[in-house]
Amino acid sequence: MSVLIYIELDNGSIKKTSLETIAYGAKVAEQTGGAATVIAIGKAEEGELQKAGQYGAAKVLHASDEKLSHENSLAYADVLAQATQQEGSKVIILSKSGLGDAIAARLAAKLKAGIVSGVTSLPEIGVTFKVTRSIFTGKAFAVTEISSDIKILVVKKNVIEIDESALPTLQATIEVFNPTLDDADFKAEVVEVEKASSELSLTEAQIIVSGGRGMKGPEHWQPLLDLAKALGAATGCSKPVSDLDWRPHHEHIGQTGIKVAPNLYIACGISGAIQHLAGVNGSKCIVVINKDPEAPFFKAADYGIVGDVFEILPKLTEAAKSLK
Amino acid sequence: MKILVCITNVPDTTAKITFTDNDTKLNKNGVQYIIGPYDDYALARGVELKEQLGATLTVLHIGEADTDPQIRKALAIGADDAIRVNIEPQDSYYAAAQIAHIASQNNYDLILMGRESIDYNSGVVHGLVGEMLGIPSYSPVMRLDIADGTATITREIDGGKEILKASLPLVLGCQEPIAEWKIPNMRGIMTARTKPLNVVEPVDIDKMTSPEKYTLPAPKGACKMIPASEAETLIRLLQTEAKVL
Ligand SMILES: Cc1cc2nc3c(=O)[nH]c(=O)nc-3n(C[C@H](O)[C@H](O)[C@H](O)COP(=O)(O)OP(=O)(O)OC[C@H]3O[C@@H](n4cnc5c(N)ncnc54)[C@H](O)[C@@H]3O)c2cc1C
Ligand SMILES: Nc1ncnc2c1ncn2[C@@H]1O[C@H](COP(=O)(O)O)[C@@H](O)[C@H]1O
Repeated sequence: MSVLIYIELDNGSIKKTSLETIAYGAKVAEQTGGAATVIAIGKAEEGELQKAGQYGAAKVLHASDEKLSHENSLAYADVLAQATQQEGSKVIILSKSGLGDAIAARLAAKLKAGIVSGVTSLPEIGVTFKVTRSIFTGKAFAVTEISSDIKILVVKKNVIEIDESALPTLQATIEVFNPTLDDADFKAEVVEVEKASSELSLTEAQIIVSGGRGMKGPEHWQPLLDLAKALGAATGCSKPVSDLDWRPHHEHIGQTGIKVAPNLYIACGISGAIQHLAGVNGSKCIVVINKDPEAPFFKAADYGIVGDVFEILPKLTEAAKSLK
Repeated sequence: MKILVCITNVPDTTAKITFTDNDTKLNKNGVQYIIGPYDDYALARGVELKEQLGATLTVLHIGEADTDPQIRKALAIGADDAIRVNIEPQDSYYAAAQIAHIASQNNYDLILMGRESIDYNSGVVHGLVGEMLGIPSYSPVMRLDIADGTATITREIDGGKEILKASLPLVLGCQEPIAEWKIPNMRGIMTARTKPLNVVEPVDIDKMTSPEKYTLPAPKGACKMIPASEAETLIRLLQTEAKVL
C-alpha cells in the first residue's frame, strides 16, 4: 500500500512529532510493501527535507507556493488530496494536532475515506486493517477496523520509539509539488497572528513543569520557571490557574485544555483532578509534588514528593543545574 | 439568521469508564450523562448571538432517545427547537454525514460545534461537515463576534492565536473562553417542555470504520515516594532510573 505522510514545518524545520510520523508511516509502508512518500507544505530550510530519508521515506513532495506559507487547513487538505491522487496513496498519515485533525477531516470528506484520529498503535494488517485509538480522553482504547478503500490515520505522539543514535544516513529525494490552488480556500482575512515564538511549544516539549493552585499566585511562579529553565522544559498549568489569569490560557492542560505527552511531566501543587489527568495521561514519566499525601495525583505518578513546593523546587533546580 | 448548534451526549467527565458484552459495549450502568463540555460552550455562545442578532437557534444531536434529557436541557438554556437523528453513530464520518444532510436542507448561516467530543474525541466532525457542505471550518475558536454577515474569530494555533475575518456560512469548533456555561433557569425549563423536538430517521451512509473491541489502560505501577528532605535525589533517579533526563 502506498503511504502518504503529512509533516508539519516550524520555521523551516520538521517538527519533532512529524519525524515520528514519518517513521510510523514508513513502518506501515514496509508492512504492506508500498512506498512511503512525505508531503511538506511551506518554507523549509536548505537540506531539511532530505532528513525524511533517515526516518524511512524515500521521497518528499514539497509544495512551497508563497500563498501556502500561512497555516491554512482548507488549502492544505486540497494539496493533500492532489498528492494522494498523484501517488495513488491508500493510507494517509498525519500527526495529532489541531492542524493535523483539521486537514485530515476535510481530506476524509474529499476522498470519502474512513478517518481514525488518536491512533496509538501500528496497524494490524491482514484480511482487515485495524488500529487502536485512544478514547474517553485516554481512559480507554478502541480497536477499530477501517474498511474504506483509502484510510486516514491521525497518530498520537510516542507511538513508536526512534533511536536517534542509530539513524541511517539515507537522504530523501525532493520533488517540487505544484498543486492547483482554489481561491475559495483563501477568502478568510488573517487580521493578526500572535505566536509566542520564543517559548517552547507544549505539545512538542519533552519535559513540562506545570503548576496548580498550590503555587498560590502568579507572583510565586519564579521557582517553577527556574526549574523549567534548568531542565529546558516548557511550562503548563491547571485550569483554575489560567481561569484566574495567573498564567496564559495556552498553558492550560487537561480535558478542556491542551493534551500533552512529554517524556517527563512535573506537577507542582496540582491536586490531580480527573479532568487534569485526562490531559497528561500520555506522559512517559510523571512526578508529583504536593503537600497533601492524599492528593489524587500521586495515584497517577511514577515519583512523588510530599512537601511544600516552595521548599522543594529550589532544591530540584540546584540538582538539575549540576547535571550538566 | 439561522444558527445550528450540534451537541453530543457524553459520560460526565468524572465517570469511570468500563465495558460490557465481552468489551464490545460501553457500560452505561451508573454513568451520568451530560452535554459535551465543549458543545456547552458552543451552545452558550450560540444563545448569546441569537439574542444579540435576533437569530433562531436549533440544536441537533445524532443519537438515540435516551439522549432526550440533554436535548431538553439545551432547549431550556435557550435553543428554539431541536432535531434528533435517531441513530447512534458508528464513527465521526457517519455523524458528520448526518449533520451535513440536515444542514443542507436548512441553510444555516452558522454551525457551532464543540472543539471535540469527550467520548470518542476526534476533533474532526466540524472539518468533515465543512467540507461536505463546501464551506470553511475553523477550530478551536476562543472568541466569536458576528456583524454584517462576517465573523471575527480568535482561534488557537500551536503556541499562540490568530484572528480571522471570514464571511458566513461557517462551521466552527468552540472552546473556552468563548462564553460562560449557562445553567437553565426555571422559566427556561418550563418553556423547554413545549418546544419542538423533531425526531428524524438517518440517511444511508456507507460504513467507513467500525469499533471492534474496547480495552482499558494497564494499571499504573506504584508511585515511588522520595522524602522531602532528600528532594534533590529525584533528579538523579529521573536520569539514571527513569531515563527521561
Ligand atoms: C467539565 C470540566 C472540565 C475541566 N477541565 C479541566 C482541565 O482541562 N484542566 C484542569 O486542570 N482542570 C480542569 N477542570 C477542573 C478540575 O476539576 C480541578 O478543579 C482542577 O484541576 C484543580 O486545579 P488545581 O489542582 O490547580 O487546584 P486545587 O484542586 O485547588 O489543588 C491545589 C493542590 O495544591 C496543593 N498545595 C497547596 N499548597 C501547596 C504547597 N505549598 N506545596 C505543595 N502543594 C500545595 C494542595 O494540596 C492541592 O492538592 C475541569 C472541571 C470540569 C467540571
Ligand atoms: N452524535 C453527534 N451529534 C451531534 N453533534 C455531534 C455528534 N458527534 C460529534 N458532534 C459535534 O462535533 C464536535 C466534534 O466532535 P468529534 O469530532 O467527535 O470530536 C462535537 O463537539 C459536536 O459538536
